Amino acid sequence: MQTFIDFISFKDPNVLYVVLGMFFINGSSAMIGTFAFLRKRALIGDAIAHALLPGICLGFMFSGDKNILYLFLGAFATGWISTYLVDYIVNQSKIKQDAAIGIVLSVFFALGIVLLTYIQNAGYSNHGGLNLFLFGQAAAIGKSELWIFAVIFITILLLIILFYKGFTTVAFNADFAKAIGLPVKTIEFLLTSLTVLSIASGIQALGVVLMSALIVTPAAAARFWTNKLPKMLGIAVLFSVFSGFIGAFVSYSESGTPTGPWVVMILSLITLLSFIFSTKRGILARYLQARNNKLKIRHENILKAIYQYHERIGRQVRLDQKLSATDILGIRIFDTSELQKGLRRLIRNDYIRKTEDRYQLTEIGAKESKRIVRLHRLWEQYLLKRTTIDTYHVHSGAEAIEHILSPEIEAELKRELGIEGIPEEDF
Amino acid sequence: MNEFWIILTASIVAINAALLGCFLLLRKMSMVGDAISHAVLPGIVVAYYLSGDKTSILLLIGATLTGVLTSYLITFLSKKARIQGDASIGITYTLLFAVGMIMISTWLKGNVDIDMECVLYGDVALINLDKIIIDGNLYIGPRAFYVEIIAFAIIIVSLLWGYKGFKILSFNEDYAQSLGIRTGRWHYFLMTLVSLTTVVAFEVVGAILVVGFLIVPPATAQLLTNRLPFMLIVAALVGIVSAIGGYYLAVWLNVSITAAMIVVSGLIFSLAFIYVRFRERLGNKSVTEHLPI
Repeated sequence: MQTFIDFISFKDPNVLYVVLGMFFINGSSAMIGTFAFLRKRALIGDAIAHALLPGICLGFMFSGDKNILYLFLGAFATGWISTYLVDYIVNQSKIKQDAAIGIVLSVFFALGIVLLTYIQNAGYSNHGGLNLFLFGQAAAIGKSELWIFAVIFITILLLIILFYKGFTTVAFNADFAKAIGLPVKTIEFLLTSLTVLSIASGIQALGVVLMSALIVTPAAAARFWTNKLPKMLGIAVLFSVFSGFIGAFVSYSESGTPTGPWVVMILSLITLLSFIFSTKRGILARYLQARNNKLKIRHENILKAIYQYHERIGRQVRLDQKLSATDILGIRIFDTSELQKGLRRLIRNDYIRKTEDRYQLTEIGAKESKRIVRLHRLWEQYLLKRTTIDTYHVHSGAEAIEHILSPEIEAELKRELGIEGIPEEDF
Repeated sequence: MNEFWIILTASIVAINAALLGCFLLLRKMSMVGDAISHAVLPGIVVAYYLSGDKTSILLLIGATLTGVLTSYLITFLSKKARIQGDASIGITYTLLFAVGMIMISTWLKGNVDIDMECVLYGDVALINLDKIIIDGNLYIGPRAFYVEIIAFAIIIVSLLWGYKGFKILSFNEDYAQSLGIRTGRWHYFLMTLVSLTTVVAFEVVGAILVVGFLIVPPATAQLLTNRLPFMLIVAALVGIVSAIGGYYLAVWLNVSITAAMIVVSGLIFSLAFIYVRFRERLGNKSVTEHLPI
């Protein structure tokens, strides 16, 4: 607890720099990453991150010093060239996008290593910090870097607000954007430049490998929670900034462990949790949905079978017969244990009452069973009268659709066919 | 003599990677190879931590399994979590790489055998430090060379034995499935071989630069030929030429040998690219219009 208080009170100004730095870096990369994600260009970030290395080395060789501006310009240039090259290779040859990304990524990175080792062996003085860019070191964020990160963050934020419509349209459907006369080339240029900018700002803190996580992962996690772009942007930034904060804290309390990997770990953990627990697209929600559907279909089939039993002995008007499980199985084949489970649940929900191993429909049970049979037969009638589907296939179609027909469609069908009550079986 | 062993070992690394890379490329899974090569890191660290020995067979197995796990995780994320394919690759390998980095910084602090820079770009010049000497003084080559040779033998035997399976998997997975071929098994077989290649290449060329060997020579070969057997041969040749050329470039400039090898392979790719573009300009387009068979 004491460590957390020390951390949060920013006794050490370096902690403040790291936290603010992570805020700006993670915020800008999450925003721009969301657009990259939607454009299905998530891995381009990977190529750019690796391609910054030769640029940084060239910038160093030009200035002969670790002048942040030169390094940044160099990084920006090679980063930009790398995305251009990926597109060029894809457009001008049969090589697919992922291979093109891989080629650019590895060759640029190798070039960076060649330059880096050249600098180390060729007697440049003061090259010490250059290999920081390989793995990143958030602790190295100083005041001057912080200013640059802040400017980039605000630039990206403003440009997204300013060109929101254009960015969105291009991200979702570039062809459509072209058709309605948007300057797609300019917008793509802008998006690419912002991507390179945001990656370049994070490379020093995260390193070439982990930087692409800040582009991809927040957007993927946010996607689980919403279908709306503004919300998705907000959630992605929130997740990413939160991970940056926690990551900085963990690395502070476990001194000696680097910040970047922790940020990525926490970000991935958030994605995993989103994947499990998201109410919209989470695996738990999807599983429950599927299970409910299965139960509903089973219950409706049991009720239908009971109705058909009454029909067979000519008492479908009163629906008051007491019948055994075997009687139901005589109408329709159920898995025995599934039938038992279904009957138990129907009893609990008051659709059926049970007296001495005999089952009888309650009032609502009778109503429900009528409704299902009515839907089934209405659909059969509809298929028979309005389509050319063969009589033999009509039943199986109705078997599936009866569980999902809404009251509105039911009313529509009734009007269309001019039928009240339950239609007779007519095949 | 050292020079000879370095070039020979690097050439075998390049051949191994180039052969498997061809199948990855045709399956449009090159970036999965990239992900595997990053993600074997935690496997290597755990196995090293447990065995305390960089040469142990446990390390080999542990790291190879991590690679297979990676490809499984990617499939899981894209199929079950319905995250789009490229994003699931990005998420998986950054996570595993981060785990590896944290392990290195906590468990293996100050360790000389595994440090982050060797992870990234290896050092092929160091292979000569670990020699195999029999009968007290008969030097028969560096250990890494023999490891690579064994990996090479495994890959060649697997490819010869499973050529048809890999081929049909690469060109038409749906068709393969309709024939009753267990495409899942072939897929994970390929992934195991790729993991093995990256793990044994790890100490020679590093985790990131092996990606260069996995992707660039096969892509160059794909530009130049439309037939799978030729593609495999051309890719292997490009790998060998890169290894030789890269070595001398590195010696000339006094830079990292492996990185120079990838730069040379990049140059060969550029030349092939320009050549194909030039040939297309001359009107001989038929060559590139067909997919390789």
